Order: sequence, then C-alpha cells, then structure tokens
Amino acid sequence: MLSIALGAEVIFPTKETRTQMIQIENAKKTFGQGDSAFTALRDVSLEIAANEFFTLLGPSGCGKTTLLRLIAGFEPPTEGAILLSGRDISRLPPNQRPVNTVFQNYALFPHMTVGQNIAFGLEMLGNPKAEIAKTVNEMLRLVRMEELKDRRTSEISGGQQQRVALARALAPHPQVLLLDEPLSALDLKLRKEMQIELKRLQNETGITFVFVTHDQEEALTMSDRVAVMNAGRILQVGSPRDIYERPSERFVANFIGESNFLDAARIGGDVTLAAGGSFAAAVPEGVPEGKVSVLIRPEHIGVRGGQPEAGELPARVETVVYSGDTTTLHLRLATGEVLKARIANAPDIDAAVPAEGQDAAVSIAPGAVTVLRD
Amino acid sequence: MSEATTHRPTYRPGELEAEANAADNRNRWLLSLPALVIIVCAAAGPLLVMVVYSFLTPGDYGNVKWEFSLEGWIGTLVQRDIFDDTLMWADAHLSIFWRSLSLSLITTFLTLIFGVPTAWFIATQPPSRKQFWLFLVTVPFWTNLLVRTIAIQELIRSEGVINLVLLKIGVITEPIQMMFTDFAIGFGMTYVYLPLMVLPVYAAVDKLDFRLVEAAHDLYAGRWTAFRRVILPLIKPGIIAGSILVFVPSLGAYVTPRVLGGGKNLMFGNLIELQFGAGRNWPLGAALSLMLMAAVMVSLIFYVRVTSREQADG
Repeated sequence: MLSIALGAEVIFPTKETRTQMIQIENAKKTFGQGDSAFTALRDVSLEIAANEFFTLLGPSGCGKTTLLRLIAGFEPPTEGAILLSGRDISRLPPNQRPVNTVFQNYALFPHMTVGQNIAFGLEMLGNPKAEIAKTVNEMLRLVRMEELKDRRTSEISGGQQQRVALARALAPHPQVLLLDEPLSALDLKLRKEMQIELKRLQNETGITFVFVTHDQEEALTMSDRVAVMNAGRILQVGSPRDIYERPSERFVANFIGESNFLDAARIGGDVTLAAGGSFAAAVPEGVPEGKVSVLIRPEHIGVRGGQPEAGELPARVETVVYSGDTTTLHLRLATGEVLKARIANAPDIDAAVPAEGQDAAVSIAPGAVTVLRD
Repeated sequence: MSEATTHRPTYRPGELEAEANAADNRNRWLLSLPALVIIVCAAAGPLLVMVVYSFLTPGDYGNVKWEFSLEGWIGTLVQRDIFDDTLMWADAHLSIFWRSLSLSLITTFLTLIFGVPTAWFIATQPPSRKQFWLFLVTVPFWTNLLVRTIAIQELIRSEGVINLVLLKIGVITEPIQMMFTDFAIGFGMTYVYLPLMVLPVYAAVDKLDFRLVEAAHDLYAGRWTAFRRVILPLIKPGIIAGSILVFVPSLGAYVTPRVLGGGKNLMFGNLIELQFGAGRNWPLGAALSLMLMAAVMVSLIFYVRVTSREQADG
C-alpha cells in the first residue's frame, strides 16, 4: 500500500497548479459517409497543460495523427470542441491558429532555401523584414544550422531537414508545437540525438509540445505526460512512469514494455496469484473484487536455483536467452502459466541463474504487482 | 575444369571493359538506326530543301528555277511596287504576323485560364474518377481536326446554335457575326489546344505534395497566398510546358483559321500555304516557313532557359 501512495505522489506532482493550454472536449471524427464511414476518433477528451511535453502514443491507425490534425485545424471535428487557452478554435482555419506543425516528412518547401523556409511563417504574419532576418538567424542558431542558411532543402541530409522543419515551425513562436512522428524517418543514432535535442528545445522555448509517436521508448524518454491511444480512444493518460508501472489495462501494459499477465484473486488491495503467493497491489478504479488479471514486469522478478522458501513460487526453467546486458528466463509455473524474468547481467551470470530444465524459486519484488482493468 | 581455365585468353587490365564499351557503342548505333533514318529522311532532309529553295527564283507555274536570289527572303517583310519598283513594308504580311502572334498569345492565355482549374479539378479527384476525367479530356483527339472545326462552325455561324438560342430568348434581335472574325479563330484554337494545356498541368498538379499546401496554411498563409507562394512555383514547369505546347502549334495553325477565319483573316500557316498554292512563289513560302520555325525555336529556347535556371536553383 505504501508503494501505491508513493506512486500516486510521483504521478501528478503539479497537476493542479498548471494552467491549461489545450482542452479537447468529447471530440469525435468520422471520415466518409454511410457504409464506408470510418470513425477515427470516438469521444476523446483531454487536457494539455501549458509548457508541457505531451505525447500521443499508440499503434498506427489508433487516431493519434487525426487528433493532431484536429488541433492543427486541417480537419474539423465531427462532434465536440477544441479549446486553446479557453477559446473555442474548433472552426478556425489552420492559418488563424497560433499552432504550428512539424510534419512527418517535414514538408519543407522545395523551391525555397533553408532560410526562406524558416522565414515563411514570419512573412505571412507580416513581421518587419529586419525582425524576420533576426528571428531566422536566431532559429538557425537554436537548431545549430547557421552555415546552411542559403542551401536548398534538397541539398541537406534528413537530420538537417528535420532541424529546418523544427526551426520553421518554432520561428513564429506558436503557443503549441505539434510534432507528427518527426523522428520516424531518421536512423537510430540520429533519432536518439534528436530526442535529446527536442527536449532541450522545449525547455529553452517554453512552448507546449504535442508529440505523436508509435515508439514507446521515445514516448517514455521525452514526455512529461503520455496519452496511450487505441482504436480512436484514449486508454490512459499519465507520466511515463505511471504508464509503465501502473498501466490501467492490458493493452497499455502490452504496448509499453514487456509484460507477464497472470490470473489472480483480489480482496481489497491484496491479490493472491493462482500460482501461489499473496501481494499488495495497485488497483485502478472500477475493478470488481474476485478474479482479476495482474501485470508483473519481467525485470521485477528474481530467480534462483533450488526449492522455494516462504514468499517464493516454485517454477521450472524452460529457456534461457542471453541478450547482452540482460538474460531472459522463461519459467513454467505450477499453474502452467509462463513467466518471463529479465535479469541484469553480471560477470558471473551463469552461476547466478539456474540452467534450462532445472527447478527454480521465483520471487516478486514488493509493489511489482498491478491489477489490470481488462 | 582446369582445362577451361588454362585456355581462357588473358586480358590486360582495363581491356575487357574497353571491349565491352565498344560493343555497347556499336549496339547503340545499330539500335538507333531506324530512328536516325526517319529523322534524316523526314526532318533534316526536307528542312535542307526548304533552306535551299528559299534562296532560289520562283518558277512561272510554281516550283523553282535554279537561279540564286534573295527575293524570297526580302519578300517576307517588304514588297516591290509593280510600277516603279520602290520598296515598302509588306503591310499584308505584317498584319498576318501580328494576328498570328496575338491570337497565339491570346489562345495560350485562354487555355491557361480554362486549363489550370480543369487540371486542378481532375488531379484532386479520387484516383478512380481521375481516369474517367482524363479520358474525357482526350476524347476530342479521336476525331479529325477538320471535323471538330466544322462542329465549332455549326455553333457560331449566323444560323448556328448560339445565335438561335440568343435570338429565341430575346437577348439579341440580329444574329451576331462571329464566323470569319479573329474571335472565331481564337475560340476555335482555344477549343482545339485546350487538352495540350490540361495534360501537362494535370501532371504537375498530380505530382504536387499537398502536405506542402497544408504546411503553408499552418504557417499562416491564406488560400490565395498559399497558391501564389507555394502551389504556383511548384506547378510552374507544367504551366510552361503547356503554354509552349499550345503556343507553338497556334503560331503555325492552318485548318482552324482557314475554316473559321475565312479568306480574309489569314494566319501564318495560311500565308505559307498561299505561296505554295495560288501565289506560286515557293521561295517566299520557304522563307516564311523558316521564319515561323525561327519563332518557334526562340520560344523553345526561352522555355529551356527558364526550366534549366529553375533546375540550377533547386
């Protein structure tokens, strides 16, 4: 119970004190009509605070990009409203919203130079020429692209195009910056660099970032808060730690990180696993008592050879998979359920873990059991 | 196996590649031979004949006499008085040049006005319907040009459909004289050459990345500004190609001005035909043809210049 209370404190440290930037109220979006109609968003409500790095995370087709396009103004919501700083902007065209977008494939203007691309938004706002030139140089410095100002966008690399797209969208200093999977076209190393870069830019500019991705690791690394989406709905909103450690339902747990799902019985805040052992567990709202499904992350499980003592579960080691920094064991429990355990590797790892086919004793870290809503 | 390797001829480094390149070149010439024959026989040859004829003396009943003369070239711009041999500007020719040029420019402009929105409309249709609209655009090509031009005549002649309808609903009391005017020629040419504008502009709009338009709107550009600053520069190659495709044949149009312009409103093509026919002045006709070709070349060079600068820029 203690761990839950701690968790709850970690989850929303300053929620009440933050001012709301974006409010989405019961937004619904349907494309097409009649039989071919497709509902991309069903009744989505969401609040995004000012100065927040907010991520929409979900598999492709979950509606996250549609939600972003609704905020940008490229599509009107079929139902519901979108509020920016308390003002309803649902029907405003994109050029009247103080919101800028970094597109998935950057959408840089191919007939303009890097500098002209960045200046475009400022020119459209009718800023004086001298001020535009100054801001463009500032932006180039911010994304470390000063020497490429007069290049054509076709003459620079993907990572550089990415930076130009960012600078172009940041130049008019929007209230909200929308990023539509901006890192997906980059290779792994560049992606890692840009993750840190984006976080730095968000800190330096103080602009609210709404970031769309299907990459759970990206979402966990960069975000203040994450909304996990599936099939046009928001399943859970919370801090990365909240989402990872206290997923409210099976989909969220499965989508983020590796998971063990076990059958259990719940009475109050205590669950008893079908495989044996009783644990204090975090319980989301609205879960009835009795038979439930629980989540245990593989890295929260300890394994040693030999017979179980009190608080440990008996198991048999089925496979041992070595993967560099960790070793994963597949354990067969007495109920027939398979449990994955991931153990950080040490130089003497062979001595520490039981071999395939041996009996093992499984221990579960306190606070590692989470009840799922299913 | 060892035998095969020992009997293989030995090559110096690079020799194999050189051999392969030479064979490649031989093949290339062989393969392009049919095309070369056609170009020499159908384009270069006749062109040479025209150049030679333009410097000869007209025969009495057409054809040419093999005597050198510059009269053909002089006759394109000036004419000799029958009585005292004084030279003066050939007003008839100059007005025909001017009519050709202005009608071609007007035709190009009108096809732009009608063609760009049409191309835009087709390119933004769902893929299944695009094919249908493109098909409709190409339908006129299936019919002979003369037949299409006579159909236009049916529309605009004094007893034609347009005049009949306007008379019936009482907008006019007398039929409007449209046949045998510059309007008729311009109208006909716009109709005939419209597909040549629509197709290249369609190709350009179809290639246009509409996310760029979204990006422009996102960066505070209204509809008109987004069109002017982003769409127009990106579809410009298509617009230029279409303009050339319309302007060049307009300049040398023959059938349309002949049928719709009557005997009075000649264009360049009709003037040339006249020299080879009733005028019996082949050298003048040849010189006029070469002039027309020069005009076409100038506009093509302009096109190449503009597009290559575009490419150098981006």
